[in-house]
Amino acid sequence: MHDQPSPAELVVGVRRFLEETTGAEPSAYTAFLTRVSINALQTVERDLAARAGAEAAERAGLAPLAGGDPDASLESLRRKLCDRIRAGEVDLSTPGLLAHLKSTTIAQAKVDQPRYSGLKTALERTE
Amino acid sequence: MSEDPTLKSALARLAPTFLPDGDGIDGLKRLSGGASQETWAFNATGLNGAQRALILRRAPDGVADARSENAITLDQEAQLIEAAAAAGAPVPDIVHVCAPDDRIGEAFVMGRVAGETIARKILRDEAFAAARAALPAQCGAALAKIHAMDAATFEDLPVSSGLDQLDRYKTLYLSFDTPRPVLDLAMSWLAANAPAPLPNVLVHGDFRLGNLMVDENGLAAVLDWELAHIGDPREDLAWICVNSWRFGQTDKRVGGFGDLEPLLEAYAAEGGASFSPADIDWWEILGSLKWGVMCMMMYESYRTGANLSIERAMIGRRVSETEIDLINLLEQV
Repeated sequence: MHDQPSPAELVVGVRRFLEETTGAEPSAYTAFLTRVSINALQTVERDLAARAGAEAAERAGLAPLAGGDPDASLESLRRKLCDRIRAGEVDLSTPGLLAHLKSTTIAQAKVDQPRYSGLKTALERTE
Repeated sequence: MSEDPTLKSALARLAPTFLPDGDGIDGLKRLSGGASQETWAFNATGLNGAQRALILRRAPDGVADARSENAITLDQEAQLIEAAAAAGAPVPDIVHVCAPDDRIGEAFVMGRVAGETIARKILRDEAFAAARAALPAQCGAALAKIHAMDAATFEDLPVSSGLDQLDRYKTLYLSFDTPRPVLDLAMSWLAANAPAPLPNVLVHGDFRLGNLMVDENGLAAVLDWELAHIGDPREDLAWICVNSWRFGQTDKRVGGFGDLEPLLEAYAAEGGASFSPADIDWWEILGSLKWGVMCMMMYESYRTGANLSIERAMIGRRVSETEIDLINLLEQV
């Protein structure tokens, strides 16, 4: 699972917003940022709950496609897979590639944007 | 942010330009942060209660060099809007292009067109039911008129075709040094399957809900011309189809409000080239990819500390929205 922004970055961003706006006159813009902050903390909750399982599943799917050391970091395995895609060694026709990317992206979107319409489409087509 | 006495007095001095017997302005209000330009609403006032509803577009704090890399100047934007009006596209009237003596900075003033730009209201409110039915054909007709404008008149606009854009976004993506295999797969598929380029036209560059003023009858004005460039007509036809711009109404390919066929029929009927929905597919995939890289770029400004707003951080969590769309699209090619 990707971590840009990481849960830590989100928590810092929300904390910074709260510090800056405490005692300030509420405005439409601070109301907007308050909603964004609530969304950020909900994302952190989902991330903390899902990351360990999602990353184990990602590693299992990624290692054979990336062709690297299965104990390497997820980031380095992802980088290997990207290198292979860029080199044309794997593409849409590679067995298992799209299925792996789909399951990892579904897991990511469930954390990042659980109500996104494209996630619903992906889940419906998987059933 | 909503009051600016210096700006107010500068605009008030221009009141006679806005209205015969104009003697002041009121109701000055900042509308949005905008990607790269400020937008302000105000009314010019005159004798006997006369009023004219206006919009000011200006570079942030009047400074021209803070805009995003691909945006055109406000001067060019005003010229384009006037040319689009002459071509019969629905756009606001350009009322005044600011000169240095106006002490407003790089800016122009245009008529305020009544209506709604917020996508979720346009897509869901009963008041816009008739508008939603009319919009696909109206968008097709408007784009045909924009694409028929004489691109040679605007030779200082950026030129970028589909593969140019793919290269530019790939370079940006690689500069973040964050491996995301879905984006790599989409980029390599796009590079391997690019359609033959078409003759260049004037492209609006950001034609989607949010940048269209819509009233109860449908399309009232095409706004936000700052990403206009010379390129392929299919870019505009596809951008409004990108799932992120359907705002949840994913079964309606055009903007969440309609089907692509009536848009393409109206486009051809108004003099545009004849396209089938399949001709738009590659460009829709490119559009999702571009939006994904743009989200990464906005997050990058948080990561590097250039912009510490939580909103910038959170947009990084929208990259997966474009990745799931890319997966859904690549499954069907």
